[in-house]
Amino acid sequence: MDAVNIEPSSKTPKVCLDSSQGVFEIEGRSIPENSTEFYKPVFDWLDAYIGSSNSETEFNFKLEYFNTSSSKCILDIFRKLEKLHESGSNVTIKWHYEEDDEDMQEAGEDYQSIVKVPVELVMMEE
Amino acid sequence: MFDTYHFYETMEQNDILLLYKGNITSDLVSSLLHMTEARLENMDEAPKIKRKVFNVLVECLQNVYHHRDQGESFEGGNSAILMLGKKDDDYFIVTGNMIFAKNVEGLNDRLDRLNKLSKEELKLAYQDVLANKGFSEKGGAGLGFIDILRKSGQRLDYRFQKINDEFSFFSLKVKISQTAQIK
Repeated sequence: MDAVNIEPSSKTPKVCLDSSQGVFEIEGRSIPENSTEFYKPVFDWLDAYIGSSNSETEFNFKLEYFNTSSSKCILDIFRKLEKLHESGSNVTIKWHYEEDDEDMQEAGEDYQSIVKVPVELVMMEE
Repeated sequence: MFDTYHFYETMEQNDILLLYKGNITSDLVSSLLHMTEARLENMDEAPKIKRKVFNVLVECLQNVYHHRDQGESFEGGNSAILMLGKKDDDYFIVTGNMIFAKNVEGLNDRLDRLNKLSKEELKLAYQDVLANKGFSEKGGAGLGFIDILRKSGQRLDYRFQKINDEFSFFSLKVKISQTAQIK
């Protein structure tokens, strides 16, 4: 499968989806007005990946900011990973947050309570 | 001539850090966020508070972007206003934009309802909308006000002023403090 590599912009995160390297990561800020447009290639890639996934998938979110428009798209990513997990694949989602960022920690807890796939909250020390 | 100094003094006395009036496009949202970050960077403030101010500002601006209603039945029909200020230890964000008069009652009721929720109720409301509702026609996620309440931890201040039969002016003031008011 071709990898997805999207460079960050002032409103959108860096995205790296590379199954051959085993890297699945979204990092930075996600605050576009139209988030579905931005996340379309991510959704498409994940839909294809579900059919031919690695035996293990560790998906990392390292977000600095995200808006409520992105929060729905992020949930859609979680849902796709949930589907992969339910098909018997080994999936872990790691949700990183900075030590003093309670809002980002709570956001991770929100997702934890909505989806049925393991979500690990990882505190990053400054 | 327009009294620039008087205007400057008014801004100074009201502790305005940033003031914008005009149309709100995607590019202008970017520029305003960029200016806000630069402004905050120079302030002696905890990163946690700076992050909250930025986060809440994003939601406030994008709320205006998605939900303002435009028309030509009055002067400046496409304009909105944004203010960022700091009074003592508190930051405040004020937005103002036109909405259709027919939507005032619905929005007012919704804000009245959300403004009474506890911290835990806001969390559940957020999770419910996130998990169960799609994007609206206008591209909003229906989460903006809930998110603003959760992140600011403060009750919202809002009012509606009738412009004409078609439009009302909606203003929203959000405070960001060191300590949360909503328990």
